[in-house]
Order: sequence, then structure tokens, then C-alpha cells
Amino acid sequence: MASSETAPAAGQRTRGLASFLRSQMRNIAPFLTLIFLSAFFAVASPSFATIDNLGNILTQVSVTGVIAVGLTFVILCAEIDLSIASIANVTGIAVAYFTLQESYVNIPNIPLPGVAAILLALLLCAALGLVNALGLTVIGIPSFIMTLAMMQIAAGISALLVRGQIAYKVPSLITTLGSGSIGGIPWIVIVAAIMLLAGHLVLTYTRFGRYVYMVGGNREAAEYSGLNVKLILGAVMIISAVCSGIGGMLGVAHFGSAQQNEFDTYLLDSIAAVVVGGTSLFGGRGGIGNTIVGLFVLGVLNNGLDHVNIDSFLKILIRGLILLAALIINVYAQRLREKAAE
Amino acid sequence: MPEGRPILELQGITKSFGGVEALRGVDFALHPGEIHGLVGENGAGKSTLMKIIAGVHTEFSGRFLIDGQERHFRSARDAHAAGIAMVHQELSVAPDLTVAENVFLGNQPTNALGLVQWRRMAREAGEQLARFGIDVDPMSRLGDLPIGLQQLIEIARVLFSGARIVILDEPTSALSPPEVERLFATLRRLREEGTAIVFISHFIEDILRVSDTVTVFRNGRKVAETASAATTKGALIEAMIGRGGEALEHSYTDDLMLPRPSDSQVVLKVDQLSLARSLKDVSFEARAGEVLGIYGFMGCGQQELSRILFGKLKPDAGTLVVEGAPKTFASTAAARRAGVALVPESRRAMLFHQEPVYKNISISILDRISSLLLKPAQERDIAQRQVEQLQIRPPVVGLDLGMLSGGNQQKVALAKWLTYPPKLLVLCEPTRGMDVGAKNDVINIVRDLRARGLAIIVLSTEPETVLSLADRILVLKRGTLVREFKNEPVSKDRLLEAA
Repeated sequence: MASSETAPAAGQRTRGLASFLRSQMRNIAPFLTLIFLSAFFAVASPSFATIDNLGNILTQVSVTGVIAVGLTFVILCAEIDLSIASIANVTGIAVAYFTLQESYVNIPNIPLPGVAAILLALLLCAALGLVNALGLTVIGIPSFIMTLAMMQIAAGISALLVRGQIAYKVPSLITTLGSGSIGGIPWIVIVAAIMLLAGHLVLTYTRFGRYVYMVGGNREAAEYSGLNVKLILGAVMIISAVCSGIGGMLGVAHFGSAQQNEFDTYLLDSIAAVVVGGTSLFGGRGGIGNTIVGLFVLGVLNNGLDHVNIDSFLKILIRGLILLAALIINVYAQRLREKAAE
Repeated sequence: MPEGRPILELQGITKSFGGVEALRGVDFALHPGEIHGLVGENGAGKSTLMKIIAGVHTEFSGRFLIDGQERHFRSARDAHAAGIAMVHQELSVAPDLTVAENVFLGNQPTNALGLVQWRRMAREAGEQLARFGIDVDPMSRLGDLPIGLQQLIEIARVLFSGARIVILDEPTSALSPPEVERLFATLRRLREEGTAIVFISHFIEDILRVSDTVTVFRNGRKVAETASAATTKGALIEAMIGRGGEALEHSYTDDLMLPRPSDSQVVLKVDQLSLARSLKDVSFEARAGEVLGIYGFMGCGQQELSRILFGKLKPDAGTLVVEGAPKTFASTAAARRAGVALVPESRRAMLFHQEPVYKNISISILDRISSLLLKPAQERDIAQRQVEQLQIRPPVVGLDLGMLSGGNQQKVALAKWLTYPPKLLVLCEPTRGMDVGAKNDVINIVRDLRARGLAIIVLSTEPETVLSLADRILVLKRGTLVREFKNEPVSKDRLLEAA
């Protein structure tokens, strides 16, 4: 699942298996976690390891998956985006706002044709991403603070649009992609898979993808190599916002409603998926492959805990502990790799 | 020379780093009420000796006596407790704290409850600084003051900390002439009070003016100790560089004839460039097929100049003209597109240690070889050619850069720019820390690039580097160009003399 190919060099072979494994710790550890968790729940509950349940898990992680694509770009650049869930929420609400609602929904909205509603919603999330980008690169606000402000701004726009009400209707295309299925496979899973694949292809095979890794790996060196670092950082912030927006629209269709605070849990889940998968918080290491493993770890954990007889309040604590363990591995993997490189 | 019992005495000090001897059997004595100047080239051993005295280096052999008693410091804290204080070359202040907090750092006056007495601290800091001739509001933020003033405040803090032995490493490099005068007046007053002061500097005039005794280091040995009044700048430079066949390398002690200035096309014209306190009215031209050397001491403004040429820093005033077109670079990317390339003095600053060699070589030319999609096979081919041409070892482009030796990494840093050569190549300290073989390789590469018509600027604090490469040499001193050598004999002595 390594996203940056490991070069089959003579020197590396001579370093021996042990140091190779050490340098690949970040990719191996999440995979072992996934296998371990799956095996555990398969033994603990007969209803876990079934085809039906696999479908459930895939559906459950789809919205997180779409949001996590963009976040992977951001974290690879050693930045963070805390506004993803709020932007997802406001985009989902916006697409409903521009759709004709039933008469009992008391929102002073502006009904438009479906295509226009979708385009306007996409424009909105891209614009919010642009504000993040400008704040980070032109003004120089750290992304942690900038996106914290954006989290509030997007939540504020959501509140103004729905005014405490709930909207139900979204354009039919979004309804199909969010809650329909084809040949037994939910469209939302297909969309998530396509987005993840596209993210992987961009990161691995395009010039822009290389720049993302290089800026994340050593920002100073990227600048001294004559790369336009600000442009690249700005671009990843916009990509993140647009992915969040798409995830928000699909999520609204999937849940069947658009309302305030609907996506709050997705901030932590998306960050957890990227980091648990082994993408380095220090930038430059990891990729979509890691994010997919991270998504499955979270999906299996959330789903599996429902299949075993466990205090539902304890589930929250367990998730927190697993996240902590992943963070520890993340930081150690970075150190081991630095040692292996020296 | 001062008589009486020394406050500090070192006997036969030897110190090595990884098998390389930095100090070989050095004796050194310091007396109360003495200002002792220390001179020598980079790497001669001055700083190593001072770090031993200040408790930074604790592993060494030889005897270490204070007031005639043998001591062995285990840390800088021990040295501090024994009354030894050092001002390091790099500024180590807390820019976000107030001037008063910096003066009393770690030693703030507190009341019975352990709370800081701000008013008393401000008053006392103000009084101390006033004795030094510094008139600033003690409650202003230190980082808002000019660099020279910050440096003076740091020196003042150490001088008034009650230390009996004070070590100053290059204290004047960031100071303006009136500030240097204030520092000297204070040093002289402390000398009257019996403090022993060690003063390290590249500025030999400064040393001669303020010190009582001068010690000269060369290659880890003490080669001369003399009363300052009884020596001259020329004699000291000669002692620093050494005549005779001691050095293995070409020592550039004899005159070298610079060629007639080239009249080829002007690639870069710099006019009246100024940057805060770092650079003042710097103007020069760089021509195609010419290597322009810029020599000066650490902190003379070279680093800032190179960053301005590559769009990393914006000058306060002045213009850059590249091939006749005025430029204000908004980013390093703009500078690269205009045909300017920079190799900074730190390899870490321009290389990706966790990425393979070929990605390091291709990063600056990706937009030339691929549009949307990468072409890894072509990247590897290009990298392979560079690796063979520059004889980078091992010649494996897939190897992570971090596995290469320092000299080979430096070659990779050059290789980045060579596939599509720039119009202007700016090299900072291109041979620093290299062995003789790697140095020669780099010299040959630069000569080859000159033959291909590039304009090359070499900035260095090592006279040998500039002398081995340059066709024309500018000397930068405290941010101002003070001398141009062209079409005339030049040697290490003459360069040092000018700086």
C-alpha cells in the first residue's frame, strides 16, 4: 500500500530485511491493525464476517472516504484542515437550499434546476476553500487557526441558510448517488471508490502530486528548488474543501435530510482515517493507499463494536485509545525512517 | 604582557571530533584585567577551545585550572557557576520578551511570594543598559529593536552578569561603528574592574585596538602569542595563514593574477541594493562566462544577498536587471523562470533526504520534461546522465539521498540545475566541508559551466574558495562592497587585508 514507490536499489537490498521493515513501518502497522481487528470481530461475532456486513462497512465509510481524499493532500503537505466537516455541512445544506422543498419545510429558499443547484453548491465550497488558501498563503495564518475560523464561518452560513429547520429534498442526481444503488452496489460506494482512485492517480502520476510530496517532505528545499510553494499549498486547501463539499452533498442524500451540525463527527473521523492509515503528520509520507487502510480500520472498528455486546458508551473511549495508539505509531515510524535514512 | 597568577590556565589541551584533531596540545592562560584577542581562520580551533572553557565540550585531554585549582566541568552550568560566561556568535535572545526580561533572563528579581517585581526589573535593566550607553525603553519588545542593538543587549547581559571570565565570539560582526565604540568602552571599563575577557574576531583591526594580548591559532595549534602593541595586522595574517609547506592544499599565500575583465554580455545588473541592516547600496554586474567571487566574513550580508538574487528575500531598495529586463521576483519560482539558480550553503535546505536521488535531481526541471503526467523513465535517464557526468558515488539514482556522503550530496545539489543550465548560477560556500578530491571535482564543474557561458557568482567566507574559482572578486564588509579585485594580483593576505 506504499504510495511512493520504493526504489529497488542495490544499497537498499544490502541494508537487510530488518531495516527495510523499519522504514516501511508506517505502511505495515496499519495493515496489521486492520487484520487483527477483523480477525477479532470475526471470532467474537458470527454476524460480523458476512458479505452483507462488508457492504454495510463500505457504505458506512463512504462519506468519510470522500472527505478524506482531500484531507490526505493537506496532511501530505504538513498542513491541517479543521473546516472539512463544516464545509461538508454547508455544501449539503446549500444544495438543498437551491432545491424546491415540500410546502411544510419553512425555509425561505431559492429553488433552481438541479444542475444549477449542484454547481452553486460546488462553487460555494470551492470559494470557502479559496478563503482558506488565501489566509494560509497570502496572509500567512497557520492552517490550524485559519481553518478553525473557517469551521465557524461555514457553520454560521449553514445556520443562516436553514434557520434551525430541516430540508429534505436535494437534486435527483444527488439523491441517486447518495442513496441509490446499481446491481446491488450502492452508488455512494462507487463514488467514494472513484474519488479515492482519482486522488491516488493524481498523487502518484502527476507533476502536481510530486510537488505535494516534495513540499511536504521539505518545504524549504522545495522553495530553494524554485517551486511555487504557496500555489501548491493553496491548491491543496481548495481540493480539500471541494472534496468535503462533495462528501457533504452525498451525505445529505444518504441521511435523507439537511440540517445544522449533521457532520460534526466527520471531522475527527476523517483526520483519524488519514493518520491511522499511516500518512505522516509531518508531511511527505503516506498517500491514498494509507487512507484506504485507515478508513477500513475505522469502519471495522465502528461496525464491529456494534456486533459485539459492549457498553455503547465504552465504544467512544475505545475509539479514542485506538487513535492514540495510531498516533504513537505515526510518530515512531517517522523517527525510525529518519534513522534508516541516515 | 600581564604578569601574576592567571585566573584561568589550560595546559596541553587536545580535542578530537571523530578522529580529526581540532586542538593539538594547546596551552592558554588568561589573567584578571586582561583583554585577550584570539585570531585564526575558520576551523583553526578558536571556537573549540572557547567551548571547552565554557563547559560546552566536556570531553578532552589536558589540564584545566581555575585560580590554580584543577577543575573539570560537566556542563555549561558548571562553567557558569565558576564565573565563566560566553556570548555566542549566533544571537541567542528571546525576541518576544521585553528588553528587561532578556537582561534578567533566568534571574528575575522576585518578591517574597515568588512573583516577578516588574518595576524593579525594568528600573535595574534600564540602569545597566544606560551604563553601556544604550538608551531604550526596558519594557519594549526586544525583537522590535534593530539586530545590532539586540546583540549589544545580549552582550550587556553577559557582561553585567557578574562573570569573572567573559568570552565574546565575533561580537562586532553585526554592529555599526558607533556601536563598536560603545562596546569597546564598556570592555575597557570592565577590564579596570578586573574582569578577564576573551575576544574572538575576524576583524583584526578591532582586536588590535581593544586587546592587550593576541593569540593566533592555525590548524588546531597555537602558533603565536604576543602583546597587541608589539604586532601588526600583516604579521598576524601571516601567522594565521602560515608560510612554509605545512598545508597539503594550494594555500593561495602567493599572488595570483586575475584575468582581464570580460566584456561579454551583462547577465545580471544589481543597482543600489539595500536590506535593513544587512546590505547597503550594493551595486555590481555579473557577466556571461565569468565567475564573480564575493568574499567577506560571516554575517557580512552574503547570505542575504544570495537570497535576494533568488527571490527568497525582498530588498528594501534597489533594482535587479536580468538580461536587460528589470525584475522584482515575487517568489523563488519566478526567479527560476527568469533563469536564476541558487545553491545555498546548507545542503539540508535544498535537498530531500528521504527521496531518491533522481527525484532530487529532477524536481527543478519537472515542468520542462512533463506537462500533466510525470515521466519517471525520462527523469531517471536525465539523473543517470548527471550522476555519471559529475561522478556521483554510488551511481544509483534510485538510492535515497540521505545514504550519500556530504560531498556527493553537494554534487546532487549542483546537478539539479545542470540539465537545463540557468543564465545565472549563484553558489554559496560551494566547497565547504569537502575533502580535497570533492573540492577539485566541484572546481572543475564550475569551470566547465563557465566555459558554457553561464554567469556564476560564488559567495564564500573562505578565501581559498573564492581564490580557486573567481575571475573577479568583490569584498563585502558589513553590508557594503569595499573593494573590487580585477586584472591584478590577489592573494589570501590581500583579501583578508581588504575585509
